[in-house]
Amino acid sequence: MELELLVKQFQNKNHLAFEKLYGMYSKSIHGVVYNIIKDTAIADEIMQDVFIKAWNKSETYSSKKGRFFTWILNIARNAAIDKTRSKAFKQKKQNLSADYFVDIIASHDNLDNSTDAIGIKKFVTELGDKCKAVIELLYFKGFTQKEASEELQMPIGTIKTRNRNCIQQLRDMVL
Amino acid sequence: MDIKAYIESGILELYVAGKLSEDENLEINKLLQQHPKLLQEVLEIESAVIKLTAAASPNAKGFEDIKNRITANETKVVELQPRKTNWISYTGWAASILLATGLFWSLNQKTELEQEIQTVDIENRYLEIQIEAAKTDLATTKNLLDVIRDKDIISVPLGGQGNFASSFAKVYWNKSNNTIYLDAEGLPEAPEGKVWQVWSLTLNPLTPTSLGTIDDFNTDDNKIFTIINANESQAFGITLEPEGGSESPTMEQLHTLGVVDVSPS
Repeated sequence: MELELLVKQFQNKNHLAFEKLYGMYSKSIHGVVYNIIKDTAIADEIMQDVFIKAWNKSETYSSKKGRFFTWILNIARNAAIDKTRSKAFKQKKQNLSADYFVDIIASHDNLDNSTDAIGIKKFVTELGDKCKAVIELLYFKGFTQKEASEELQMPIGTIKTRNRNCIQQLRDMVL
Repeated sequence: MDIKAYIESGILELYVAGKLSEDENLEINKLLQQHPKLLQEVLEIESAVIKLTAAASPNAKGFEDIKNRITANETKVVELQPRKTNWISYTGWAASILLATGLFWSLNQKTELEQEIQTVDIENRYLEIQIEAAKTDLATTKNLLDVIRDKDIISVPLGGQGNFASSFAKVYWNKSNNTIYLDAEGLPEAPEGKVWQVWSLTLNPLTPTSLGTIDDFNTDDNKIFTIINANESQAFGITLEPEGGSESPTMEQLHTLGVVDVSPS
């Protein structure tokens, strides 16, 4: 499998493999971080730190523990959340906008006109409120199923199936 | 197992979200390897999530910055290795500098010692010359002593005259070889343009005969002068005369005079 090889080369400190993986995931990681931080410059900084951290600790990743994307996604969310808890950040961002990822995506003027972008915009605008909330919490905020069920006051099982349906809709539009 | 039901449960979406327990992750990883359909499902979920999350990024930065950072880090790491070997080379350099300094020092010592030897050599030669000179002096002095002790010698003291009472001289006259030895140590140095002149005198009538001038008086060390005298002298006198000497003595400048005591002979 190509990805597995790429990750192995990355773990062997191959710059080219790193660059490829960065190309594959950096925009997503940036999106997640930005959604939490809501500041482009700080998000840039955190995203870079995240990739550097992944590079320096690449040997701690194992495919047995999950997808490589998921691994980086976890590092990124933790880094971004740590940042929001720092004193300096709290003082600077006292009134963080409560925008969800959907608002960010919907308000993007600079989204290019690729089919992906069009599909996602359509998806976002057509997405039901409950879908928006579930995806926001599980993918962008890193809530566990249990935390999400408490936040949204839904049974755990419902979270799981609702999420499944929401992602299915997304797949239908972008894949 | 019912693959379809497993997919429908929504666990794979949570797997991609990274919100399952470690055990669940290990379990799913196993299943993915056994069931390509499950894997395909995971890849599609991941792909959709990647696209969705990417859409939330206003503008992700390119790889350049990252590349610079990791290469900077790696350069630092690479730098460490030569630093390690550097210690060896530093030690090497230090040792060779020490060695060079040591060599230079011993070379310097050698040159200094050689110079010392040379100096001592020169001193030795100088001392040898001095010894030689002393020997010669001694020989001359012995010679003089022999002359003075000769039983045939006539000793004539010359006393200071008139204004020159402090002057004195002595003549040792060896009649057998017609030689007088004049000891003129009691005379002052001859002034510029003047010279001592020695006279042999006969008394009745008073007739001076010049025995010559002492031209090297001022430079002579022992002030003993050997002069030929074939005259039947009855007295000796010494006058200060203009350079070159005079025909007859200038009596005002007669410093010393002594009469030969003829009684013993």
